[in-house]
Amino acid sequence: MATTTTADVRLSALPPATGRAGMRGVMASEFTKLRSVRSTYWTIAALFIVSVGLAAAIAAGAAGQLHSNPANKAGFDATLISLIILFYLGQLIIAVLGAMAITSEYSTGMIRTSLTAMPRRGTVYLSKLLVFTGVALVISLVTSFIAFFVGQAVLSGTGVSASLFHSVTIPANAIQNGPNAPVTFQGTDVISPGTVLTAVIGIALFVTAAAVIAFGLGAIIRHTAGAIASAVGLLFVLPIIIQFLPNDWRWDIMRFFPDAAGRVFSVTVGPANQHLWSAWPQFLVTVVWALVLVGVGGYLFRKRDA
Amino acid sequence: MIEVRGLTKRYGDKIAVDNLTFGIEPGKVTGFLGPNGAGKTTTMRCILGLDYPNEGTVSVDGKPYPELAYPMREVGALLEAKAVHGGRSAYNNLLCLAQTNSLPRRRVSEVLELVGLTEVAKKRSKGFSLGMSQRLGIAATLLGDPKVLMFDEPVNGLDPEGILWIRNLMKALAAEGRTVFVSSHLMSEMEHTADHLIVIGRGKLIADCTMKEFVARASGASVRVRTPSADQLVQAVSAKGATAGVDDDGSIEVRGMTIEQIGDLAFSEGIRLHELATVRASLEEAFMELTADSVEYRADVPGQSASTTIGSGV
Repeated sequence: MATTTTADVRLSALPPATGRAGMRGVMASEFTKLRSVRSTYWTIAALFIVSVGLAAAIAAGAAGQLHSNPANKAGFDATLISLIILFYLGQLIIAVLGAMAITSEYSTGMIRTSLTAMPRRGTVYLSKLLVFTGVALVISLVTSFIAFFVGQAVLSGTGVSASLFHSVTIPANAIQNGPNAPVTFQGTDVISPGTVLTAVIGIALFVTAAAVIAFGLGAIIRHTAGAIASAVGLLFVLPIIIQFLPNDWRWDIMRFFPDAAGRVFSVTVGPANQHLWSAWPQFLVTVVWALVLVGVGGYLFRKRDA
Repeated sequence: MIEVRGLTKRYGDKIAVDNLTFGIEPGKVTGFLGPNGAGKTTTMRCILGLDYPNEGTVSVDGKPYPELAYPMREVGALLEAKAVHGGRSAYNNLLCLAQTNSLPRRRVSEVLELVGLTEVAKKRSKGFSLGMSQRLGIAATLLGDPKVLMFDEPVNGLDPEGILWIRNLMKALAAEGRTVFVSSHLMSEMEHTADHLIVIGRGKLIADCTMKEFVARASGASVRVRTPSADQLVQAVSAKGATAGVDDDGSIEVRGMTIEQIGDLAFSEGIRLHELATVRASLEEAFMELTADSVEYRADVPGQSASTTIGSGV
């Protein structure tokens, strides 16, 4: 550090101010904030390694099983295999990024500095939300596509791998009379590239929405650990608990939970889950959760002392 | 320029600021004094819109702070030096602040140069000493070339060199015609820098005066006299309506008469004097006296009425 004891306060003149500081500058600022801390890169790396790496591992396991037990090829959902880790674990990792986008401002005290520089809180909150959502969407889409392609590459020898470019026909049912008898297949399922694309993009959208849910919880709770714990509880633990509820009514609850969309999006083979709505209406449920939490978070962000 | 009108802020049941009214005039260094917990930080937070007042209004240039077109061009404020993300480099920390007010990027390098942090611009601020953090915080306040600068206890915890640096900086900023509003719980800190003083205690205004008025109020309070005929002198001054008390060391402290009056009196009474001197209360003492009733937490010494303010650092 230089040992300047006499301050010479002479700086170059600023360009004249016109109009008013607004969203554009604040969004640039929020992007700088996101890209200038290591935790962002660590979280993205974790998301990528887990979602792609485990998808490849699961696909490799499935390929081995299909080889030793070809009957499993019937109704085999190769898309689901490659996206299921992103859906189950990836959403939790990106939830950490979502929560920390806002709670790190509180844990470090940066929020006071941020709001002193730009005291219009609505502008700050909305900019932060838009920048984070955009970044999360790009990351989720890239991860989803790569997880899909890597998974399908691993499954390529099985004859039942999915494709984004052409229709794939797989056997619907397998019949095997006795343990050593030859397997015969009955009927076929045709999986169109459109169905697969909906799954790959849908899961990315779902994971983005999960991150936004965590962002909203972060704005409400303002503590990193609390926000992450509640996001994991809402997205992961509660759905597991609901699994143990009586069969005749647990689905009626399940469809109102944010993670149900992931279950619908990730399935490309076989009949749709009778108890859940179809993909886009079910995704609307997730979006409503995200909007409500982000809305409450925004209200509190403006109303509370910083 | 900054107007605080009837400001009241409560945290739960506790009143932090109680119906506070004052104005800060442009182009001066205004010292904001008060014991710890007097409500200085809360007042500053309310001015900046970080906390919402329960009652009263605060304005900068006639507007609430959040409504200023480019807040950083009007006010540069440093409340806590460590209130930054430690994982972010000094440069990026300043950049993300500059961007909110659409300030040019070159300002970031310039203010870093000004505070002497250019060499560590790319380093994460986590590893900065308090002095470096303080410099970084001050660099942030200068980004927008603001008319008003606000510092909350800027020298707290700094080494002598850092203190000197901040003092010189404040003087230089004021010399350029900027308004400097700086809080402290140490009167000695204000002695050399402030033109105007606002003193608060327990959230209430105690004094709002110029430094000169404060000095006048503080000095000439009593006269110390040393004489072999103590009893005779005490009787003589008491007869003139002054009060006199004998200290432990045998000297007499007289209040209510000037040094000339006492000297003439002693001469006419034939009392020999060994010492005759005006006791000037230091500014620190005057400040302590002024705020004695409003110190929030005090350590009472059993059997003594006097009490000491912890952390007053005299």
